[in-house]
Amino acid sequence: MADLRDMYQEVILEHAKSPRNYRTLASSARKAEGFNPLCGDRCTIYLDLKGDVIEDIAFQGNGCAISRASASMLTQALKGKTAAEAEKLFESFHRMVTGQSPNGGRASLGKLEVFAGVSEFPARVKCATLAWHTFEAALHGEQEPVTTE
Amino acid sequence: MSVPVAISRHQPETASAGPVSGLDVARIRAEFPILRERVHGRPLVYLDNAATSQKPDAVIDAISSYYRHTNANIHRGVHLLSQRATEEYEAARAAVQAFLHAADPREIVFVRGATEAINLVAQSYGRTHLRSGDEVLITAMEHHSNIVPWQLLCEEKGATLRVAPINDAGELLLDEFEKLLSPRVKIVAIAHVSNALGTINPVKEMVRKAHALKIPVLVDGAQAAPHLPIDVVDLDCDFYAFSSHKVYGPTGIGVLYGKAALLEAMPPYQGGGDMISSVTFEKTIYNKIPHKFEAGTPDIAGVIGLGAALAWVGSVGIGAIGAHEHALLAYATKVIGAIPGVRLIGTAREKAGVLSFLIEDIHPHDIGTILDQEGIAVRTGHHCAQPVMERFRIPATVRASFAAYNTLEEIDALARGMEKVWEVLG
Repeated sequence: MADLRDMYQEVILEHAKSPRNYRTLASSARKAEGFNPLCGDRCTIYLDLKGDVIEDIAFQGNGCAISRASASMLTQALKGKTAAEAEKLFESFHRMVTGQSPNGGRASLGKLEVFAGVSEFPARVKCATLAWHTFEAALHGEQEPVTTE
Repeated sequence: MSVPVAISRHQPETASAGPVSGLDVARIRAEFPILRERVHGRPLVYLDNAATSQKPDAVIDAISSYYRHTNANIHRGVHLLSQRATEEYEAARAAVQAFLHAADPREIVFVRGATEAINLVAQSYGRTHLRSGDEVLITAMEHHSNIVPWQLLCEEKGATLRVAPINDAGELLLDEFEKLLSPRVKIVAIAHVSNALGTINPVKEMVRKAHALKIPVLVDGAQAAPHLPIDVVDLDCDFYAFSSHKVYGPTGIGVLYGKAALLEAMPPYQGGGDMISSVTFEKTIYNKIPHKFEAGTPDIAGVIGLGAALAWVGSVGIGAIGAHEHALLAYATKVIGAIPGVRLIGTAREKAGVLSFLIEDIHPHDIGTILDQEGIAVRTGHHCAQPVMERFRIPATVRASFAAYNTLEEIDALARGMEKVWEVLG
């Protein structure tokens, strides 16, 4: 039986309660909206790129503890990263939460490794990845809101 | 999230699995094989009945028996199996007629579900009668399936969708509804019971008010059929829609009731086999009602399963089921409502089957996951009623919904599950 504490780790609950970078960025920033049509979770990612580097990143929205914490920790993890590094991180993160990297291969994820427990709860993978899909849309300047479906 | 963990346990004598309203629940539970399933190593506590109900042996066996002994296409073959299949299919139509207390079996059209029934009326009746500048009137507590078909129609016709408002308890403001009725309104479409709030609407009165202006009324009965006796003649509604799977029958089948004169005047919804009486390349003559609206080979097993489900409901008694669920709802309202930090969404005086709630700022999805680990199935989310969520300025709720086989003990299990929620997230 999956242990709830594997998913609801202290770090995750703390970020859900007090999300970091929960704000908007100046109007010049790139912005994308994402939502999960099944549950109604919403996320907006704001992104400032300087050349290829993520100079600032912020989010707003509402959703469950997992989606809020994921968005909060995403903003911390991606600040200062290049677009290519960010994409690589998303790839590793996605593999981890979908249970495709049970051993190793997570070293690069750092603090984001606390989301490993999500893989035990398939119904919640979309909560953890909503912010990441939205980030991708912001990075690529997509105008249409992205959905997890 | 600093509310103390202080969920009061209720006295065991109030929480037995025994009858709370004359219903032999233990016997009923034995008829539902899925209730013997274990979820995450725990006994299943199924409180997601407003999404879909579980199926008794009688329904599962009827479907299985149909495929084992009867399977053939209906309304065409001269061979024995085809005749037998046709008889069973039409017997189910008679069962639905009796269930709805309709005057005539020709008024019962089999469709895929309540959603398709509403789309049928919007596309067939609506497209015939709506013009630019006309209006369709619904309420603020509709399921998406009683909003979107009308939006599609209004968009096509240049018509306007009007919405009768509700109060903070989730009750329709009848005066406001009446004010919105006008000669521009060409059809009224209303939920009998709200899926997100549990509110029972005063449908008979609403029909009377609409009919005073000669406006036909469609009633979405998806959430009413499992809980309330329905008499379409007494309600005097023009259309009534419900889904089989919420009333102990199989998925993929549903019913549209329509007054015969209206159905006869309406153009077909879909073309194909079974809905015609003759076809040439120059002209097709449509079949009589209800067959005009049943193009193609239907879900024969599904219809027979629905017939078995309604027979099962009849054998238990819809009145007894409703009384039992009412007792469960009253107990759940007391027990869950007493949990510190809980906010009940939908507190109408007249309610059926549904308890929607929130607790502090904990998101319903997190609650749903934790309850699932305890073996408790509830619905969390917007319940396909996003305008209702917006009305109450909330993103989602936890919804516990009840059926004939639920017990007071299961509601105690839900309350204990909420303690676990605090333990993990509080």
